[in-house]
Amino acid sequence: MSLLIKTNPMQQQQSPFNTNESNKRVVLQTRALNLWYGENHALKNINLPMTENEVTAIIGPSGCGKSTYIKTLNRMVEVVPNVKISGEIQYRDRNIFDKNYLVEELRTRVGMVFQKPNPFPKSIFENVAYGPKIHGIRNKKILKEIVEKSLRGAAIWDEVKDRLNENAYGLSGGQQQRLCIARCLAIEPDVILMDEPTSALDPKSTLKVEELIQNLKENYSIVIVTHNMQQAARISDKTAFFLNGEVVEYDDTNIIFSTPNDKRTEDYITGRFG
Amino acid sequence: MNDINSINMVEEKKQYINQDVVKRKMSKRLLLNNIVKYLFLFAASFAVAVLAILLYRVSVDSIGWLNLNFLTNRLSTNPDRAGIIGAVVGTVWLMIIVGPVTMIIGIGTAIYLEEYAKRGRLHSFIQTNITNLAGVPSIVFGLLGLTIFVRVFGFGSSIIAGGLTMSLLVLPIVVVSAQEAIRSVPYFLREASYGMGATKWQTIKNVVLPSALPSILTGLILALSRAIGETAPLVVIGIPALLIPIPGSIFDNFTALPMQIYYWTIDSVLVDEYANLAAATIVVLLIILFVMNSIAIIIRNKFQNRY
Repeated sequence: MSLLIKTNPMQQQQSPFNTNESNKRVVLQTRALNLWYGENHALKNINLPMTENEVTAIIGPSGCGKSTYIKTLNRMVEVVPNVKISGEIQYRDRNIFDKNYLVEELRTRVGMVFQKPNPFPKSIFENVAYGPKIHGIRNKKILKEIVEKSLRGAAIWDEVKDRLNENAYGLSGGQQQRLCIARCLAIEPDVILMDEPTSALDPKSTLKVEELIQNLKENYSIVIVTHNMQQAARISDKTAFFLNGEVVEYDDTNIIFSTPNDKRTEDYITGRFG
Repeated sequence: MNDINSINMVEEKKQYINQDVVKRKMSKRLLLNNIVKYLFLFAASFAVAVLAILLYRVSVDSIGWLNLNFLTNRLSTNPDRAGIIGAVVGTVWLMIIVGPVTMIIGIGTAIYLEEYAKRGRLHSFIQTNITNLAGVPSIVFGLLGLTIFVRVFGFGSSIIAGGLTMSLLVLPIVVVSAQEAIRSVPYFLREASYGMGATKWQTIKNVVLPSALPSILTGLILALSRAIGETAPLVVIGIPALLIPIPGSIFDNFTALPMQIYYWTIDSVLVDEYANLAAATIVVLLIILFVMNSIAIIIRNKFQNRY
């Protein structure tokens, strides 16, 4: 069975992973992606679309390649020595592995939020202004506007507006993660990749971040790796189930969680393994 | 089940440790425990005691000699009028050369090795050589300086020749400590920066160096304090024994505090008071070193564990 999906919406309907809404555009299209860490074949023939203004959840047991996959989408995976990649990922009709596609350029369009909150040991303001600054914005007034807009976008403005000059490490873990999301928004990305963004947070902070993700998808396309099946069910529109470096199933989230096609998907989401 | 339980019961009743023997041997064990404790205390206090004796001797010898005139007078053959202003200025000049030179070359090397160089043959070649360089005796660096800076470059026994020789000597210390400082910056901070499309240099400049700077500075200060205390290389490059003018530029001849101590100590067979002058100079040099090391410790403690 070929899992190949063309960007053309007409053909997309014929794909085995039928997405019922054909009007959703694909932002990131992965085709025949293989990845090796040395001899270890970590991703095997991945074919996946990431749809615009939707949340795509990637689920699967530890070591299934979901983190590797999301790090491939903005080429962060390339820092690992001896990593080898074949296939292509098309971002808005351009292959991100093209020789003349600069990673710096890609990463301003495809931002990332990491598993552990990783603010810089700088002030809250400087954290958010970091991205715009490295991309050449020096004007203080514009920077201030970006910082406020980004912090509001990440639903943390009210909590930090009076302490913008304090060190970011004075914030709680949940606040730090929302600050990192704000920092990501400040580079005005198109896609936001989130690698288990709530795994280091308490339930209350997790809820806040989940609400935030729901609001963010109006303006951004979001890919989220999660360990937490309930989380995937709550917040995502599409779900891809990874197992041993392969995509077992990709579909609308409500289908994956109600009537999955594959027995392994069913076993995983019902908690029979993983 | 019953069988297993009964076996366990039997084993629990059999005692391998005889309480009478334990009691009999207890006092011996405690005694040994105490003896060992004091033995180690003695070992630990040995170095401190030697330092205390040294400090006591030089302090006593320098009493009456270490005063403002001693600090501000120029060198003289007459012990009553001799001062160390020339040596102090020479040492400051030395630091002015060694500081920037080792900072730029040392941090540059460390950044290259930690951030840019691929882990391969070239990397391990450079790394091995730096480690070896740290073990080269200082007199050999003196000979290197004599050959290259004094003779080939024709700097003579000037401040620039002495400064560059000292820079070579302490460079490995700066490189290794800067490497450790850069390595201790957690990867997730670099990841955050790269993830926003920053280039390597932007990440180094804005994230890595600011975080590593306190540790780098600590290493630099410790290297500087090593440099101002070194004597052998200066002897080899031919620092004059008696120099009355105060150096005004980096191409002038100079003397430094350890050189002054060295010559006064040697000449104390001729004039007894030179021993007191040497002691007073030692006190001055030690105070400078203690202050520098304290600054290094303060910087290190203040910026520890910020993540």
